[in-house]
Amino acid sequence: MKRIFAPLLLLAATPVMAQGSGPDAPYAHRQLEDSAQETEASALMETLRCIQCQGQSIADSDAPIAGAMRSEVRQRIKAGQKPEQIRGWMIRRYGEYVSFEPEASGAGLILWLLPILLLLAGLLMARGLFGKEKP
Amino acid sequence: MAGCGHGIAAIGRRVAALAGKGTELSVVVTPAAIAQGALCLISFAALVYLFAVTDLSVLLVANNSHIDKPLIFKLAGTWGNHEGSMLLWVTVLTFSGAAIALLEKRLDRRTIAATLMVQALLALGFFAFLLFSSNPFERLVPAPQSGAGLNPLLQDIGLAFHPPTLYFGYVGLSVAFSFAVGALLTGKVGPAFARAMRPWVLLAWIFLTIGITAGSYWAYYELGWGGWWFWDPVENASLLPWLAATALLHSVSVLATRDALRAWTVMLALVAFAMSMAGTFLVRSGILTSVHAFAVDPQRGAFILALLLFYVGGAFTLFALRIGTVAQGKTFRLLSREGAIVGNNILLSTILGIVLIGTLYPLLAEMFGDKVSVGPPYFNKATVPIALLLMLLLVFGPMLRWRRDEAGRVSRYMIAPVVAGLVAMLIAYLVGSAAGLFVLLSIGLAAALAVASFLPLFGRRLSRTPLTIWGMVIAHFGLAVTVLGMASEAGYSSERLAAMATGDSETVAGWTVKLKEVGPVVGDNWVAMEGLFEVSRNGKTDEMKPQSRTFFSPEQQRRRPPC
Repeated sequence: MKRIFAPLLLLAATPVMAQGSGPDAPYAHRQLEDSAQETEASALMETLRCIQCQGQSIADSDAPIAGAMRSEVRQRIKAGQKPEQIRGWMIRRYGEYVSFEPEASGAGLILWLLPILLLLAGLLMARGLFGKEKP
Repeated sequence: MAGCGHGIAAIGRRVAALAGKGTELSVVVTPAAIAQGALCLISFAALVYLFAVTDLSVLLVANNSHIDKPLIFKLAGTWGNHEGSMLLWVTVLTFSGAAIALLEKRLDRRTIAATLMVQALLALGFFAFLLFSSNPFERLVPAPQSGAGLNPLLQDIGLAFHPPTLYFGYVGLSVAFSFAVGALLTGKVGPAFARAMRPWVLLAWIFLTIGITAGSYWAYYELGWGGWWFWDPVENASLLPWLAATALLHSVSVLATRDALRAWTVMLALVAFAMSMAGTFLVRSGILTSVHAFAVDPQRGAFILALLLFYVGGAFTLFALRIGTVAQGKTFRLLSREGAIVGNNILLSTILGIVLIGTLYPLLAEMFGDKVSVGPPYFNKATVPIALLLMLLLVFGPMLRWRRDEAGRVSRYMIAPVVAGLVAMLIAYLVGSAAGLFVLLSIGLAAALAVASFLPLFGRRLSRTPLTIWGMVIAHFGLAVTVLGMASEAGYSSERLAAMATGDSETVAGWTVKLKEVGPVVGDNWVAMEGLFEVSRNGKTDEMKPQSRTFFSPEQQRRRPPC
């Protein structure tokens, strides 16, 4: 029985293999040869969200689609693209959800101004506390 | 046994309702608080017993335990689920009410009675939550043969103690909340109130710190390969009360010793408990996409949200109405110990605001039809500069005098920390200049703080130094060590991905890693394939034994989670 089933199982496994590793995604589980390029790629991968998982980056996720996305990132870095170009491509393809870093434009700008706004609000609230010491 | 436990919880609730009735009943508040604490304790003990003997006629036990599980995880299973952990929550809540009733002697009676009333009102809400939407004693007929088991990821000693410690922390903050509301009601916001509240805040802070560390440690060796913090919504939910508690711990000390920062301290106490409840809401409702999606139920989320709005909304309304009657505390100059602590409070609150809004932002955006993510790159970029300012403040803040100080006097002490910081930055730069400016700054500040944290001991006789000073010194030194670890991990880790056969070796960051053998291992309720790696560098050798476990009864696998 096993002999009959083994090839069938292989057939069933093919689509998964094609997506997560294998010839279509050669860099899903393989690092780039150039270590500077790999550093750049992994820094980018940590900021891209696996679109199948619950809040993991593609660098951390074991999902097949994350493997395909990792391979995409590494191949594009290898071809000389800049990380921000690749992020842009990912956002165009999968939507803003894919980037863990909100864009500093439109409504997202609020998030980036938030630290300064909060600090100012805090200072404003604390203003009344300082004064000449009372005996 | 189960019926008995349920009955006791229900009686406890009646007692809470009675205790919450009003001031004319203030005589009964104290005995009621004690009775309630005792009843809850019995009820929780009953649940622990049910888990220990694996009584499968109880739905909760059947769903979360298994006859073949090791005893420690059977016991930990009591609080490794939603219902049990909520019972633990109210048990600790009522137990602390009883502790206040028995132990608090310094504060005036009216404020204690008001505090216990608020505490009872809190307990009432949580009892209602427990009985109506999360009854831990619900029966299952017919009882199954073996039970469904506990998620293998959770069968780990680090996680056995992660939820209860966090809950102790949350509850400690609820006591601070009760004190704050009690003092608002009687108008007695002063040093006596602060001294009564301080131990609870300290206790809460200690438990939150342990809880977060335990969770982080668990994530480090169980979940990801070396990840310890992912800025995941549920992690953020535990960080929010910690930040508020840290700010509160500092301001309550100022109020206790200097009678300054009155309104400020009350507000922080309200915020701290609001953050605990918001944290519980975020975790239990599953409203945010998170890796921690174990315990999700929208109906429960709505219930907690209602409680949150009722208690916190009520408390802030009271704050707005009554704060005018609280006289302003003593004032002080900007350059003073109080001034530094206000700085600490502002910076911590800013980080809190960033984390809170950053965590909720995707939810808000979704209401407007946008699906966005806010993750580690944002939180790191937004909070690290603020945290570094806080570190800088910490280097000299504890050396400032109360009320007013001169910059010249303090700067004399700063030579050693500044030198230590610069040397550390230079070393970090020579080790790897590519680490980035923030990593270098963090390492420099960590080194400066490591030295500066001991300065408050300078000129003191060590045997006569009060324990509170030692506590501060150790905590600040601990922060320096933590930041050094975080910065080094962020700037200097390297990862090598390789397929290896037995006998192969690879090198990474100067280490040689050799796969010696792969073999099977058997545990209590699991079998595993274990690899034996020999790691060596500069003649030193060590071993690593990573495993891939398969759990039986019931069958489940644990490696990294599939996703």
